[in-house]
Amino acid sequence: MFYLKLIIRNAFRHKLRALLTIIGVAVAILAFGLLRTLVGLWYLGVETSSATRLVTRSSISLVFSLPISYRERIRHVPGVTEVSTMNWFGGVYISEKNFFPNFAVEPETFLKIYPEFVLDPAQKKAFLADRQGAVAGRKLAAKYGWKVGDRITLKGTIFPGQWEFVLRGIYSGAQKSTDETQFFFHWNYLNEVMRKTIPRRADQVGLFTLAVARPDLAAEVSQAVDALFKNSLAETRTETEKAFQLSFVAMTEAIMVAIQIVSYVVIVIIMVVAANTMAMTARERLGEYATMKSLGFRGYHIAGTVFGESLFIALLGGIVGVMGTFPAAHIIETELSQFFPVFAISTSTIMLQLASAVAVGIAAGAFPTWRGATIRIAEGLRRIG
Amino acid sequence: MTGSTSDILVSVRNLSKAYQRGSQIVPVLEDISFDIPAGEFLALMGPSGSGKSTLLNLIAGIDKVDTGNVLIDGIDITTLDETELADWRSGNVGFIFQFYNLIPVLTAFENVELPLLLTGLSRRKRQEHVATVLSLVNLTDRMDHYPSELSGGQQQRVAIARAMVSDPAILVADEPTGDLDRHSAEEILSLMDRLVREFGKTVIMVTHDPRAAERAHRIIHLEKGVLVPVPPSVPSCST
Ligand SMILES: Nc1ncnc2c1ncn2[C@@H]1O[C@H](COP(=O)(O)OP(=O)(O)O)[C@@H](O)[C@H]1O
Ligand SMILES: [Mg+2]
Repeated sequence: MFYLKLIIRNAFRHKLRALLTIIGVAVAILAFGLLRTLVGLWYLGVETSSATRLVTRSSISLVFSLPISYRERIRHVPGVTEVSTMNWFGGVYISEKNFFPNFAVEPETFLKIYPEFVLDPAQKKAFLADRQGAVAGRKLAAKYGWKVGDRITLKGTIFPGQWEFVLRGIYSGAQKSTDETQFFFHWNYLNEVMRKTIPRRADQVGLFTLAVARPDLAAEVSQAVDALFKNSLAETRTETEKAFQLSFVAMTEAIMVAIQIVSYVVIVIIMVVAANTMAMTARERLGEYATMKSLGFRGYHIAGTVFGESLFIALLGGIVGVMGTFPAAHIIETELSQFFPVFAISTSTIMLQLASAVAVGIAAGAFPTWRGATIRIAEGLRRIG
Repeated sequence: MTGSTSDILVSVRNLSKAYQRGSQIVPVLEDISFDIPAGEFLALMGPSGSGKSTLLNLIAGIDKVDTGNVLIDGIDITTLDETELADWRSGNVGFIFQFYNLIPVLTAFENVELPLLLTGLSRRKRQEHVATVLSLVNLTDRMDHYPSELSGGQQQRVAIARAMVSDPAILVADEPTGDLDRHSAEEILSLMDRLVREFGKTVIMVTHDPRAAERAHRIIHLEKGVLVPVPPSVPSCST
């Protein structure tokens, strides 16, 4: 009890110094948490991917498409319960800076395979019934003030022309991590226009998404699908949704590694700053440590109070930093929703933040603790006066 | 000053100590021997840098001798290791410093209680002891004050209470009045005088102040690390 009292009073002896150190640690821990979350987001698609979903695409590259005729053949592979078609549309809403993902999908099968996109039954019915119908995520609709029934025009980039849709539904995510900023419309609408305008691009599918009965069938089904089209003009590559997402992530991996490094650099910087402050504090108190030792206190008593103070300050900063992470994440989520549709702080990030704060406390306290523990009494006493 | 050997509490024998300064070895104390009878109020005088503090620290067991022995109440403290020495100090020596050396974040009461935290005494017992010594130094009404809220003289009285609280046989004081005005200094000296007379403490006091030394039973002089029997001239402090 006495030592706790001593630690806390010592920590706040220089109020401004303590406050600045705590703020410094808090800001570093906050930045660390946000950067870690950003990195985590990159892998979010991977983590939230379903184990019973497969993606079939051209074995050459994603930009090559596959014939629609594959659909029925895939459908009959044992273990496959559902197949849907999907094309990345890449349409632009009014101007380039209004980016959001938009896809042409086969609506009925798509909604079955992706139950995380939740639609009101009446809206679902209306969407299925309207060839030019589209659905948008809740956040996307809110951002542009769209209501059900609105006409929305996208400018085609991959598929030229002005594309007009009628918003038939607004979906919400089943989980917090579900992306609510996407836009989906009928693949048939896209295909019909292509038939009329650029016939050679008709009946082409970017990806097939497959549902399998059980996760353990994934490998078997993948091989069976790819075997089916072996030695054909358009060979396929089928993999789990997770593997598919990972291949995207791999492209930007270097940036993520850089961000990860920066997140640790932030911690190292605050370690150095805090270590300097603690060393300064301990140097000023060497006389006190010597006095306490002359009274019979031992090196470990002194070490405990010095180390405790360092840990206490760092943890306090860490807690403030963690508490600040939530409002900061909320601001990012609302202000930068087109880039970060979901900016949620995970429990593991919080744990990592607190662990970093402890690490800062340990690193900052190490030298002063050693100094306090080993200071010779006669030497320490000479420093007073 | 010719006490029989049975009265001797501190016996310093052939004590030498040198410090290393760079590559140079600087002798500080050379072959010092003397005795201090129990219950004596001894003043240790000498010019600045003559080794007074070093000698006091060696007797109090907070510094290591190079050669020689310090026998206190039959124990040669030069043979004790760090741990034994710490234990010995907390039971046998009380420290009084020139700049009081109170812990600024602890109240007068808490500062005095400090040495007792190392004992197995109950909280209630500790409080009793602290209250007793605080009333002895006449600071009962200031026990909740922090050092910064006390005058120099009051702080030194708190320090004396802290030195007394574990009831040690020896009190060592390194220029205890060096930072005090005349009036406060007199108060502190009277207090130390009382501790010798009423409580039978043995006090070893380093001082520059002839008026402080007057209170002592005996004065020994250090000059460049050796004991000199008589001061070279009476106004020894003028240079
Ligand atoms: N830790 C040390 N390292 C080097 N020299 C020291 C150390 N402690 C004391 N000295 C030297 O020893 C001499 C005696 O010091 P000290 O005992 O403090 O003298 P006094 O108390 O009589 O003024 C001085 O010259 C001082 O500089
Ligand atoms: Mg001195």
